[in-house]
Amino acid sequence: MRRSPKPERQPLWPWLLLAPGLLWLVLLYLLPLLGLVPLSLSEPLSRFGLETVFRGRFATYLEVARDQGPILLRSLRTAGIATALGLLLAYPLALLIRFRGGRWQPLLIGLVVLPSLVSQLVRAIAWSTLLGDHGPVLGAIGALGLRDGLNALGLLRDGRLLNTATAVVLGLTTTLLPFLVLPLVVALQRIEPRLLEAAADLHAGPLASFRRVVWPLSRPGLSAGLLLSLIPAAGDVVNPRFLGGPDDRMVANTIENLLLVQLQAPRAAALTLLLMALVSVVVLLQLRAGTEELPLP
Amino acid sequence: MTRLARVLLLLGSLLALALLYAPLLVTLLFSFNAPRGRFNLVWQGFTLDNWRHPFADAALSQAFVTSIGLALAASLLAVLLGGLMAIALSRARRLPGHRWIALLLALPLTNPEIVLATALLNLFVAINLPRGVLTLLLSHSLFCLSYAALTLKARLAGFDPALELAAQDLGAPPLQAFRRVTLPLLAPGLLAAGLLSFSLCFDDVVISGFTAGEIVTLPLYLAGAFLREISPQIQVLSSLVLLISALLLVLATPPRPERKGGGPPG
Repeated sequence: MRRSPKPERQPLWPWLLLAPGLLWLVLLYLLPLLGLVPLSLSEPLSRFGLETVFRGRFATYLEVARDQGPILLRSLRTAGIATALGLLLAYPLALLIRFRGGRWQPLLIGLVVLPSLVSQLVRAIAWSTLLGDHGPVLGAIGALGLRDGLNALGLLRDGRLLNTATAVVLGLTTTLLPFLVLPLVVALQRIEPRLLEAAADLHAGPLASFRRVVWPLSRPGLSAGLLLSLIPAAGDVVNPRFLGGPDDRMVANTIENLLLVQLQAPRAAALTLLLMALVSVVVLLQLRAGTEELPLP
Repeated sequence: MTRLARVLLLLGSLLALALLYAPLLVTLLFSFNAPRGRFNLVWQGFTLDNWRHPFADAALSQAFVTSIGLALAASLLAVLLGGLMAIALSRARRLPGHRWIALLLALPLTNPEIVLATALLNLFVAINLPRGVLTLLLSHSLFCLSYAALTLKARLAGFDPALELAAQDLGAPPLQAFRRVTLPLLAPGLLAAGLLSFSLCFDDVVISGFTAGEIVTLPLYLAGAFLREISPQIQVLSSLVLLISALLLVLATPPRPERKGGGPPG
Protein backbone atom coordinates (compact mmCIF):
# COMPACT_ATOMS: atom_id res chain seq x y z
CA MET A 1 0.00 0.00 0.00
CA ARG A 2 1.25 3.44 -0.90
CA ARG A 3 1.43 6.02 1.83
CA SER A 4 1.12 9.74 1.49
CA PRO A 5 4.59 11.19 0.81
CA LYS A 6 5.09 13.07 4.09
CA PRO A 7 3.31 11.17 6.86
CA GLU A 8 4.86 13.22 9.67
CA ARG A 9 3.62 16.64 8.63
CA GLN A 10 0.13 17.75 9.52
CA PRO A 11 -1.71 17.97 6.20
CA LEU A 12 -3.50 21.18 5.34
CA TRP A 13 -6.32 19.75 3.23
CA PRO A 14 -8.62 18.63 6.08
CA TRP A 15 -8.70 22.19 7.36
CA LEU A 16 -9.53 23.52 3.91
CA LEU A 17 -12.47 21.12 3.71
CA LEU A 18 -13.58 21.91 7.25
CA ALA A 19 -13.21 25.69 6.96
CA PRO A 20 -16.54 26.68 5.36
CA GLY A 21 -18.62 24.42 7.60
CA LEU A 22 -16.72 25.49 10.72
CA LEU A 23 -17.21 29.12 9.70
CA TRP A 24 -20.97 28.47 9.56
CA LEU A 25 -21.04 26.68 12.90
CA VAL A 26 -18.96 29.26 14.73
CA LEU A 27 -20.47 32.42 13.24
CA LEU A 28 -24.10 31.31 13.02
CA TYR A 29 -24.33 28.92 15.96
CA LEU A 30 -21.64 29.11 18.62
CA LEU A 31 -21.17 32.88 18.84
CA PRO A 32 -24.90 33.77 18.71
CA LEU A 33 -25.60 31.11 21.33
CA LEU A 34 -22.90 32.49 23.65
CA GLY A 35 -24.22 35.93 22.81
CA LEU A 36 -27.48 35.04 24.53
CA VAL A 37 -25.66 35.25 27.88
CA PRO A 38 -24.75 38.97 27.74
CA LEU A 39 -28.10 39.64 26.06
CA SER A 40 -29.96 38.06 28.99
CA LEU A 41 -28.11 40.47 31.30
CA SER A 42 -29.04 43.53 29.23
CA GLU A 43 -31.98 45.89 29.17
CA PRO A 44 -34.10 46.92 26.19
CA LEU A 45 -33.04 50.27 24.78
CA SER A 46 -36.63 51.26 24.02
CA ARG A 47 -40.09 49.75 24.01
CA PHE A 48 -40.22 49.77 20.21
CA GLY A 49 -37.23 47.73 19.10
CA LEU A 50 -35.06 44.73 19.84
CA GLU A 51 -31.93 46.81 20.50
CA THR A 52 -30.54 46.40 24.01
CA VAL A 53 -27.81 47.81 26.19
CA PHE A 54 -25.68 45.68 28.53
CA ARG A 55 -26.26 46.38 32.23
CA GLY A 56 -25.18 43.19 34.01
CA ARG A 57 -28.74 42.80 35.25
CA PHE A 58 -29.20 39.40 36.87
CA ALA A 59 -32.67 40.27 38.16
CA THR A 60 -34.09 39.28 34.75
CA TYR A 61 -33.46 35.65 35.67
CA LEU A 62 -35.44 36.01 38.88
CA GLU A 63 -38.30 37.67 37.04
CA VAL A 64 -38.28 34.96 34.37
CA ALA A 65 -38.19 32.21 37.00
CA ARG A 66 -41.14 33.85 38.76
CA ASP A 67 -43.25 34.69 35.69
CA GLN A 68 -42.31 31.97 33.22
CA GLY A 69 -41.04 29.23 35.53
CA PRO A 70 -44.40 27.45 35.74
CA ILE A 71 -44.86 27.39 31.97
CA LEU A 72 -41.32 26.07 31.54
CA LEU A 73 -41.95 23.18 33.92
CA ARG A 74 -45.38 22.53 32.42
CA SER A 75 -43.81 22.32 28.95
CA LEU A 76 -41.35 19.72 30.12
CA ARG A 77 -44.20 17.79 31.73
CA THR A 78 -46.29 17.93 28.55
CA ALA A 79 -43.28 16.81 26.50
CA GLY A 80 -42.72 13.98 28.98
CA ILE A 81 -46.34 12.80 28.83
CA ALA A 82 -46.39 12.90 25.03
CA THR A 83 -43.12 10.97 24.87
CA ALA A 84 -44.35 8.36 27.36
CA LEU A 85 -47.58 7.88 25.40
CA GLY A 86 -45.54 7.74 22.20
CA LEU A 87 -43.37 4.99 23.68
CA LEU A 88 -46.42 2.91 24.61
CA LEU A 89 -47.41 2.99 20.94
CA ALA A 90 -43.93 2.92 19.43
CA TYR A 91 -42.81 -0.32 21.11
CA PRO A 92 -45.62 -2.49 19.70
CA LEU A 93 -45.19 -0.97 16.24
CA ALA A 94 -41.41 -1.37 16.30
CA LEU A 95 -41.73 -4.99 17.51
CA LEU A 96 -44.31 -5.70 14.81
CA ILE A 97 -42.10 -4.21 12.08
CA ARG A 98 -39.00 -6.05 13.29
CA PHE A 99 -40.40 -9.50 14.06
CA ARG A 100 -43.53 -9.74 11.91
CA GLY A 101 -42.57 -7.41 9.05
CA GLY A 102 -40.64 -10.04 7.15
CA ARG A 103 -39.89 -9.00 3.58
CA TRP A 104 -42.02 -5.88 3.90
CA GLN A 105 -39.85 -4.34 6.60
CA PRO A 106 -38.41 -1.53 4.41
CA LEU A 107 -41.89 -0.54 3.22
CA LEU A 108 -43.27 -0.57 6.76
CA ILE A 109 -40.42 1.66 7.94
CA GLY A 110 -41.24 3.99 5.07
CA LEU A 111 -44.89 4.05 6.15
CA VAL A 112 -43.79 5.32 9.55
CA VAL A 113 -41.80 8.16 7.95
CA LEU A 114 -44.32 9.08 5.24
CA PRO A 115 -46.66 11.19 7.43
CA SER A 116 -43.75 13.47 8.38
CA LEU A 117 -43.51 14.54 4.75
CA VAL A 118 -46.85 16.32 4.99
CA SER A 119 -46.42 19.69 6.70
CA GLN A 120 -46.96 19.58 10.47
CA LEU A 121 -49.25 22.60 10.02
CA VAL A 122 -51.45 20.75 7.53
CA ARG A 123 -51.64 17.86 9.98
CA ALA A 124 -52.62 20.35 12.70
CA ILE A 125 -55.41 21.63 10.41
CA ALA A 126 -56.61 18.04 10.00
CA TRP A 127 -56.49 17.45 13.76
CA SER A 128 -58.60 20.54 14.35
CA THR A 129 -61.22 19.00 12.02
CA LEU A 130 -61.03 15.64 13.79
CA LEU A 131 -61.11 17.08 17.31
CA GLY A 132 -63.48 19.97 16.59
CA ASP A 133 -66.84 20.44 18.29
CA HIS A 134 -68.69 18.66 15.47
CA GLY A 135 -65.84 16.29 14.65
CA PRO A 136 -65.91 12.49 14.68
CA VAL A 137 -63.85 12.05 17.86
CA LEU A 138 -66.22 14.05 20.05
CA GLY A 139 -69.11 12.36 18.25
CA ALA A 140 -67.79 8.93 19.17
CA ILE A 141 -67.14 10.02 22.76
CA GLY A 142 -70.73 11.29 23.00
CA ALA A 143 -72.18 8.13 21.45
CA LEU A 144 -70.29 5.99 23.96
CA GLY A 145 -71.57 8.17 26.80
CA LEU A 146 -68.05 9.01 27.94
CA ARG A 147 -68.38 12.78 27.78
CA ASP A 148 -69.13 13.41 31.46
CA GLY A 149 -66.51 10.96 32.66
CA LEU A 150 -63.78 12.49 30.49
CA ASN A 151 -64.88 15.95 31.56
CA ALA A 152 -64.54 14.94 35.20
CA LEU A 153 -61.07 13.54 34.52
CA GLY A 154 -60.07 16.88 33.01
CA LEU A 155 -59.37 15.34 29.61
CA LEU A 156 -62.14 17.43 28.06
CA ARG A 157 -62.73 21.09 28.89
CA ASP A 158 -66.44 21.92 29.12
CA GLY A 159 -67.16 19.03 26.81
CA ARG A 160 -64.70 20.32 24.21
CA LEU A 161 -61.59 18.64 22.91
CA LEU A 162 -60.05 21.23 20.61
CA ASN A 163 -58.08 23.93 22.46
CA THR A 164 -57.33 21.66 25.41
CA ALA A 165 -54.14 20.17 26.81
CA THR A 166 -55.40 16.76 25.63
CA ALA A 167 -55.38 17.93 22.02
CA VAL A 168 -51.84 19.28 22.42
CA VAL A 169 -50.59 15.97 23.83
CA LEU A 170 -52.34 14.05 21.05
CA GLY A 171 -50.84 16.22 18.32
CA LEU A 172 -47.42 16.09 19.93
CA THR A 173 -47.52 12.31 20.35
CA THR A 174 -48.29 11.89 16.65
CA THR A 175 -45.47 14.22 15.64
CA LEU A 176 -43.01 12.30 17.82
CA LEU A 177 -43.97 8.73 16.93
CA PRO A 178 -41.62 8.31 13.94
CA PHE A 179 -38.66 9.57 15.98
CA LEU A 180 -39.38 6.91 18.61
CA VAL A 181 -40.19 4.04 16.25
CA LEU A 182 -37.19 4.35 13.93
CA PRO A 183 -34.36 4.14 16.52
CA LEU A 184 -36.25 1.32 18.24
CA VAL A 185 -36.49 -0.66 15.00
CA VAL A 186 -32.76 -0.11 14.41
CA ALA A 187 -31.98 -1.37 17.93
CA LEU A 188 -34.37 -4.33 17.64
CA GLN A 189 -32.72 -5.37 14.39
CA ARG A 190 -29.70 -6.34 16.47
CA ILE A 191 -31.81 -8.85 18.41
CA GLU A 192 -31.75 -12.29 16.86
CA PRO A 193 -35.24 -13.85 16.71
CA ARG A 194 -33.54 -17.03 17.95
CA LEU A 195 -32.84 -15.22 21.21
CA LEU A 196 -36.57 -14.87 21.77
CA GLU A 197 -37.13 -18.52 20.80
CA ALA A 198 -34.51 -19.48 23.37
CA ALA A 199 -36.28 -17.39 26.00
CA ALA A 200 -39.55 -19.12 25.14
CA ASP A 201 -37.84 -22.52 25.33
CA LEU A 202 -36.74 -21.60 28.81
CA HIS A 203 -40.40 -21.02 29.68
CA ALA A 204 -40.21 -17.25 29.71
CA GLY A 205 -43.63 -15.75 29.09
CA PRO A 206 -43.96 -12.79 26.72
CA LEU A 207 -43.69 -10.35 29.61
CA ALA A 208 -40.54 -11.98 30.93
CA SER A 209 -39.03 -12.13 27.43
CA PHE A 210 -39.74 -8.46 26.97
CA ARG A 211 -38.34 -7.48 30.35
CA ARG A 212 -35.28 -9.71 30.28
CA VAL A 213 -34.37 -9.74 26.58
CA VAL A 214 -36.05 -7.09 24.44
CA TRP A 215 -35.97 -4.20 26.91
CA PRO A 216 -32.25 -4.33 27.84
CA LEU A 217 -31.15 -4.97 24.27
CA SER A 218 -33.24 -2.12 22.90
CA ARG A 219 -31.99 0.40 25.49
CA PRO A 220 -29.65 2.23 23.04
CA GLY A 221 -32.50 2.72 20.60
CA LEU A 222 -34.76 3.82 23.40
CA SER A 223 -32.25 6.43 24.59
CA ALA A 224 -31.80 7.76 21.07
CA GLY A 225 -35.54 7.87 20.56
CA LEU A 226 -36.07 9.71 23.83
CA LEU A 227 -33.52 12.34 22.81
CA LEU A 228 -34.94 12.71 19.32
CA SER A 229 -38.45 13.23 20.71
CA LEU A 230 -37.97 15.03 24.03
CA ILE A 231 -35.78 17.78 22.57
CA PRO A 232 -38.19 18.89 19.83
CA ALA A 233 -41.23 18.26 22.06
CA ALA A 234 -39.99 20.57 24.82
CA GLY A 235 -39.57 23.36 22.28
CA ASP A 236 -42.67 22.67 20.19
CA VAL A 237 -44.53 25.68 18.83
CA VAL A 238 -47.09 24.30 16.40
CA ASN A 239 -49.20 21.91 18.51
CA PRO A 240 -49.77 24.22 21.50
CA ARG A 241 -50.45 27.20 19.25
CA PHE A 242 -52.99 25.55 16.98
CA LEU A 243 -54.47 22.72 19.07
CA GLY A 244 -54.21 24.19 22.59
CA GLY A 245 -56.11 26.95 24.32
CA PRO A 246 -54.54 30.08 25.83
CA ASP A 247 -53.71 28.14 29.01
CA ASP A 248 -51.97 25.34 27.11
CA ARG A 249 -49.22 27.42 25.53
CA MET A 250 -45.74 26.00 25.92
CA VAL A 251 -42.42 27.65 26.60
CA ALA A 252 -41.47 28.15 22.95
CA ASN A 253 -44.71 30.08 22.39
CA THR A 254 -43.77 32.28 25.32
CA ILE A 255 -40.26 32.90 23.99
CA GLU A 256 -41.75 33.76 20.60
CA ASN A 257 -44.20 36.15 22.24
CA LEU A 258 -41.55 37.80 24.44
CA LEU A 259 -39.24 38.34 21.49
CA LEU A 260 -41.55 39.17 18.59
CA VAL A 261 -44.55 40.79 20.30
CA GLN A 262 -43.36 42.22 23.60
CA LEU A 263 -39.85 42.98 22.28
CA GLN A 264 -38.34 41.82 25.58
CA ALA A 265 -35.14 40.35 24.13
CA PRO A 266 -33.29 39.97 27.48
CA ARG A 267 -36.17 38.04 29.02
CA ALA A 268 -36.49 35.88 25.91
CA ALA A 269 -32.75 35.17 26.04
CA ALA A 270 -32.88 34.27 29.74
CA LEU A 271 -35.84 31.93 29.23
CA THR A 272 -34.13 30.35 26.20
CA LEU A 273 -31.01 29.69 28.26
CA LEU A 274 -33.06 28.17 31.08
CA LEU A 275 -34.85 25.89 28.59
CA MET A 276 -31.51 24.92 27.08
CA ALA A 277 -30.06 24.15 30.51
CA LEU A 278 -32.99 21.91 31.46
CA VAL A 279 -32.92 20.09 28.12
CA SER A 280 -29.14 19.62 28.42
CA VAL A 281 -29.64 17.87 31.77
CA VAL A 282 -32.02 15.42 30.06
CA VAL A 283 -29.54 14.94 27.21
CA LEU A 284 -26.66 14.22 29.57
CA LEU A 285 -28.73 11.77 31.62
CA GLN A 286 -29.76 9.91 28.47
CA LEU A 287 -26.23 9.87 27.07
CA ARG A 288 -24.99 8.42 30.36
CA ALA A 289 -27.76 5.83 30.19
CA GLY A 290 -25.88 4.44 27.22
CA THR A 291 -26.70 5.75 23.79
CA GLU A 292 -24.07 4.17 21.59
CA GLU A 293 -24.83 6.42 18.69
CA LEU A 294 -27.59 8.68 17.57
CA PRO A 295 -29.22 6.86 14.67
CA LEU A 296 -30.37 9.89 12.78
CA PRO A 297 -33.62 9.68 10.86
CA MET B 1 -45.97 -15.70 22.14
CA THR B 2 -49.25 -16.05 23.92
CA ARG B 3 -52.43 -14.92 22.28
CA LEU B 4 -52.82 -11.98 24.68
CA ALA B 5 -49.35 -10.63 23.89
CA ARG B 6 -50.06 -10.97 20.17
CA VAL B 7 -53.36 -9.10 20.48
CA LEU B 8 -51.74 -6.31 22.52
CA LEU B 9 -48.94 -6.00 19.97
CA LEU B 10 -51.41 -5.73 17.13
CA LEU B 11 -53.69 -3.30 18.97
CA GLY B 12 -50.83 -0.98 19.90
CA SER B 13 -49.51 -1.02 16.34
CA LEU B 14 -52.92 -0.33 14.84
CA LEU B 15 -53.47 2.55 17.24
CA ALA B 16 -50.05 4.00 16.35
CA LEU B 17 -50.78 3.72 12.62
CA ALA B 18 -54.24 5.22 13.14
CA LEU B 19 -52.73 8.24 14.88
CA LEU B 20 -50.16 8.64 12.12
CA TYR B 21 -52.62 8.27 9.26
CA ALA B 22 -55.85 9.82 10.55
CA PRO B 23 -54.72 13.40 9.80
CA LEU B 24 -53.49 12.37 6.36
CA LEU B 25 -56.80 10.69 5.45
CA VAL B 26 -58.69 13.78 6.63
CA THR B 27 -56.43 15.97 4.50
CA LEU B 28 -57.02 13.79 1.45
CA LEU B 29 -60.78 13.72 2.09
CA PHE B 30 -61.06 17.48 2.59
CA SER B 31 -59.25 18.16 -0.67
CA PHE B 32 -62.59 17.03 -2.20
CA ASN B 33 -64.71 19.20 0.07
CA ALA B 34 -66.76 22.17 -1.13
CA PRO B 35 -66.49 24.42 1.91
CA ARG B 36 -68.93 27.19 2.74
CA GLY B 37 -67.09 30.22 4.03
CA ARG B 38 -63.37 30.69 4.31
CA PHE B 39 -62.37 27.72 6.47
CA ASN B 40 -62.22 24.26 4.94
CA LEU B 41 -62.65 22.50 8.28
CA VAL B 42 -66.20 21.10 8.20
CA TRP B 43 -67.44 18.62 5.61
CA GLN B 44 -70.07 20.11 3.28
CA GLY B 45 -70.13 18.16 0.07
CA PHE B 46 -68.07 16.39 -2.56
CA THR B 47 -66.48 18.30 -5.44
CA LEU B 48 -63.63 17.89 -7.90
CA ASP B 49 -63.27 21.65 -8.40
CA ASN B 50 -60.33 22.01 -5.99
CA TRP B 51 -58.32 19.42 -7.89
CA ARG B 52 -59.21 21.09 -11.21
CA HIS B 53 -57.69 24.33 -9.93
CA PRO B 54 -54.86 23.31 -7.61
CA PHE B 55 -53.18 26.71 -7.89
CA ALA B 56 -56.32 28.83 -7.49
CA ASP B 57 -55.06 30.21 -4.16
CA ALA B 58 -52.41 32.57 -5.54
CA ALA B 59 -50.79 33.44 -2.19
CA LEU B 60 -50.55 29.75 -1.30
CA SER B 61 -48.97 28.88 -4.64
CA GLN B 62 -46.49 31.73 -4.29
CA ALA B 63 -45.50 30.53 -0.81
CA PHE B 64 -45.21 26.95 -2.13
CA VAL B 65 -42.80 28.05 -4.87
CA THR B 66 -40.81 30.23 -2.43
CA SER B 67 -40.42 27.31 -0.05
CA ILE B 68 -39.30 24.88 -2.75
CA GLY B 69 -36.67 27.36 -3.93
CA LEU B 70 -35.46 28.11 -0.43
CA ALA B 71 -35.36 24.46 0.64
CA LEU B 72 -33.45 23.52 -2.53
CA ALA B 73 -30.86 26.26 -2.05
CA ALA B 74 -30.45 25.69 1.69
CA SER B 75 -30.20 21.91 1.43
CA LEU B 76 -27.67 22.12 -1.42
CA LEU B 77 -25.57 24.48 0.69
CA ALA B 78 -25.94 22.27 3.78
CA VAL B 79 -25.00 19.10 1.88
CA LEU B 80 -22.00 20.82 0.30
CA LEU B 81 -20.63 22.25 3.56
CA GLY B 82 -21.62 19.18 5.57
CA GLY B 83 -20.21 16.81 2.95
CA LEU B 84 -16.83 18.53 2.97
CA MET B 85 -16.78 18.37 6.77
CA ALA B 86 -17.76 14.70 6.78
CA ILE B 87 -14.98 13.81 4.31
CA ALA B 88 -12.39 15.71 6.34
CA LEU B 89 -13.52 14.19 9.64
CA SER B 90 -13.67 10.62 8.39
CA ARG B 91 -10.33 10.79 6.54
CA ALA B 92 -8.21 12.77 8.94
CA ARG B 93 -8.97 10.96 12.16
CA ARG B 94 -5.81 12.16 13.87
CA LEU B 95 -6.56 15.79 13.21
CA PRO B 96 -5.93 17.84 16.36
CA GLY B 97 -9.26 18.91 17.79
CA HIS B 98 -11.11 16.16 15.89
CA ARG B 99 -13.35 15.41 18.87
CA TRP B 100 -14.16 19.05 19.48
CA ILE B 101 -15.17 19.58 15.87
CA ALA B 102 -17.36 16.47 15.97
CA LEU B 103 -18.94 17.78 19.18
CA LEU B 104 -19.56 21.22 17.69
CA LEU B 105 -21.22 19.51 14.74
CA ALA B 106 -23.56 17.44 16.93
CA LEU B 107 -24.36 20.18 19.42
CA PRO B 108 -27.06 22.00 17.40
CA LEU B 109 -29.07 18.76 17.39
CA THR B 110 -29.35 18.88 21.18
CA ASN B 111 -31.04 22.29 21.15
CA PRO B 112 -34.75 22.73 20.61
CA GLU B 113 -35.27 24.73 17.43
CA ILE B 114 -36.50 27.74 19.39
CA VAL B 115 -32.99 28.09 20.87
CA LEU B 116 -31.42 28.37 17.42
CA ALA B 117 -34.17 30.74 16.34
CA THR B 118 -33.63 33.11 19.28
CA ALA B 119 -29.85 33.05 18.87
CA LEU B 120 -30.05 33.70 15.12
CA LEU B 121 -32.56 36.52 15.41
CA ASN B 122 -30.42 38.26 18.00
CA LEU B 123 -27.35 37.81 15.79
CA PHE B 124 -29.11 39.42 12.85
CA VAL B 125 -30.35 42.27 15.05
CA ALA B 126 -26.87 42.77 16.53
CA ILE B 127 -25.10 42.97 13.15
CA ASN B 128 -27.98 44.95 11.66
CA LEU B 129 -28.64 42.50 8.83
CA PRO B 130 -32.15 43.09 7.46
CA ARG B 131 -34.24 39.94 7.63
CA GLY B 132 -35.14 38.39 4.28
CA VAL B 133 -33.91 35.83 1.76
CA LEU B 134 -30.29 35.98 2.92
CA THR B 135 -31.05 35.50 6.63
CA LEU B 136 -33.46 32.66 5.79
CA LEU B 137 -30.85 30.93 3.65
CA LEU B 138 -28.15 31.30 6.31
CA SER B 139 -30.43 30.04 9.09
CA HIS B 140 -31.81 27.09 7.16
CA SER B 141 -28.44 25.96 5.84
CA LEU B 142 -27.11 26.14 9.40
CA PHE B 143 -29.74 23.96 11.01
CA CYS B 144 -29.55 21.39 8.20
CA LEU B 145 -25.75 21.34 8.26
CA SER B 146 -25.47 18.98 11.24
CA TYR B 147 -28.07 16.56 9.88
CA ALA B 148 -26.37 16.48 6.48
CA ALA B 149 -22.83 16.13 7.85
CA LEU B 150 -23.72 13.36 10.31
CA THR B 151 -25.72 11.41 7.71
CA LEU B 152 -22.74 11.55 5.33
CA LYS B 153 -20.25 10.76 8.09
CA ALA B 154 -22.20 7.61 8.89
CA ARG B 155 -22.15 6.66 5.21
CA LEU B 156 -18.40 7.31 4.92
CA ALA B 157 -17.68 5.30 8.06
CA GLY B 158 -19.12 2.28 6.27
CA PHE B 159 -16.66 2.11 3.41
CA ASP B 160 -13.02 1.24 3.04
CA PRO B 161 -10.51 4.04 2.34
CA ALA B 162 -8.33 1.35 0.74
CA LEU B 163 -10.62 1.56 -2.30
CA GLU B 164 -9.48 5.10 -2.97
CA LEU B 165 -5.85 4.17 -2.35
CA ALA B 166 -6.25 1.30 -4.78
CA ALA B 167 -7.48 3.72 -7.43
CA GLN B 168 -4.46 5.91 -6.76
CA ASP B 169 -2.20 2.87 -7.01
CA LEU B 170 -3.69 2.24 -10.43
CA GLY B 171 -2.43 5.66 -11.44
CA ALA B 172 -5.50 7.82 -10.83
CA PRO B 173 -4.66 11.28 -9.52
CA PRO B 174 -6.35 11.99 -6.14
CA LEU B 175 -9.07 14.17 -7.63
CA GLN B 176 -9.94 11.56 -10.25
CA ALA B 177 -9.92 8.81 -7.63
CA PHE B 178 -12.35 10.88 -5.63
CA ARG B 179 -14.62 11.48 -8.61
CA ARG B 180 -14.58 7.89 -9.90
CA VAL B 181 -14.53 5.94 -6.63
CA THR B 182 -15.52 8.00 -3.59
CA LEU B 183 -18.28 10.07 -5.11
CA PRO B 184 -20.32 7.13 -6.50
CA LEU B 185 -20.02 5.35 -3.16
CA LEU B 186 -21.14 8.53 -1.44
CA ALA B 187 -24.10 9.10 -3.77
CA PRO B 188 -26.80 7.34 -1.70
CA GLY B 189 -25.62 9.24 1.37
CA LEU B 190 -25.72 12.52 -0.56
CA LEU B 191 -29.25 11.75 -1.68
CA ALA B 192 -30.35 10.85 1.86
CA ALA B 193 -28.72 13.94 3.36
CA GLY B 194 -30.24 16.13 0.66
CA LEU B 195 -33.75 14.73 1.10
CA LEU B 196 -33.53 15.00 4.87
CA SER B 197 -32.31 18.61 4.69
CA PHE B 198 -34.93 19.49 2.09
CA SER B 199 -37.81 18.13 4.14
CA LEU B 200 -36.54 19.83 7.31
CA CYS B 201 -36.23 23.21 5.55
CA PHE B 202 -39.49 22.84 3.68
CA ASP B 203 -41.49 22.29 6.87
CA ASP B 204 -39.65 24.65 9.20
CA VAL B 205 -41.91 27.03 11.13
CA VAL B 206 -39.95 28.26 14.14
CA ILE B 207 -36.67 29.46 12.65
CA SER B 208 -38.44 30.87 9.58
CA GLY B 209 -40.85 32.78 11.79
CA PHE B 210 -37.90 34.52 13.43
CA THR B 211 -35.71 35.16 10.40
CA ALA B 212 -37.99 35.55 7.37
CA GLY B 213 -38.81 39.25 7.57
CA GLU B 214 -41.24 39.98 4.75
CA ILE B 215 -40.73 36.65 2.95
CA VAL B 216 -43.67 34.23 3.23
CA THR B 217 -42.64 30.57 3.13
CA LEU B 218 -45.23 27.81 2.93
CA PRO B 219 -45.24 27.03 6.69
CA LEU B 220 -45.52 30.73 7.50
CA TYR B 221 -48.43 31.03 5.06
CA LEU B 222 -50.09 28.00 6.66
CA ALA B 223 -49.56 29.37 10.16
CA GLY B 224 -51.36 32.53 9.06
CA ALA B 225 -54.08 30.52 7.36
CA PHE B 226 -55.49 29.49 10.73
CA LEU B 227 -56.52 33.11 11.26
CA ARG B 228 -57.25 34.16 7.69
CA GLU B 229 -58.50 31.50 5.33
CA ILE B 230 -58.02 27.74 4.99
CA SER B 231 -58.61 27.21 1.30
CA PRO B 232 -59.17 23.66 0.02
CA GLN B 233 -56.11 24.14 -2.18
CA ILE B 234 -54.04 23.67 1.00
CA GLN B 235 -55.37 20.13 1.22
CA VAL B 236 -54.99 19.59 -2.53
CA LEU B 237 -51.31 20.57 -2.60
CA SER B 238 -50.60 18.58 0.58
CA SER B 239 -52.34 15.54 -0.87
CA LEU B 240 -50.24 15.90 -4.01
CA VAL B 241 -47.05 15.97 -1.93
CA LEU B 242 -48.31 12.94 0.01
CA LEU B 243 -49.29 10.90 -3.05
CA ILE B 244 -46.00 11.62 -4.85
CA SER B 245 -44.01 10.67 -1.72
CA ALA B 246 -46.06 7.50 -1.30
CA LEU B 247 -45.43 6.53 -4.92
CA LEU B 248 -41.69 7.15 -4.55
CA LEU B 249 -41.70 5.13 -1.34
CA VAL B 250 -43.37 2.11 -2.95
CA LEU B 251 -40.97 2.29 -5.90
CA ALA B 252 -37.93 2.70 -3.65
CA THR B 253 -38.65 -0.17 -1.25
CA PRO B 254 -39.27 -3.44 -3.04
CA PRO B 255 -39.87 -6.25 -0.53
CA ARG B 256 -36.47 -7.62 0.29
CA PRO B 257 -35.72 -11.30 -0.17
CA GLU B 258 -36.42 -13.38 2.93
CA ARG B 259 -33.27 -14.28 4.80
CA LYS B 260 -32.78 -16.88 7.43
CA GLY B 261 -32.06 -15.45 10.86
CA GLY B 262 -33.18 -11.98 9.85
CA GLY B 263 -29.96 -10.14 10.64
CA PRO B 264 -29.59 -6.40 10.21
CA PRO B 265 -30.14 -5.20 6.64
CA GLY B 266 -26.98 -4.72 4.63
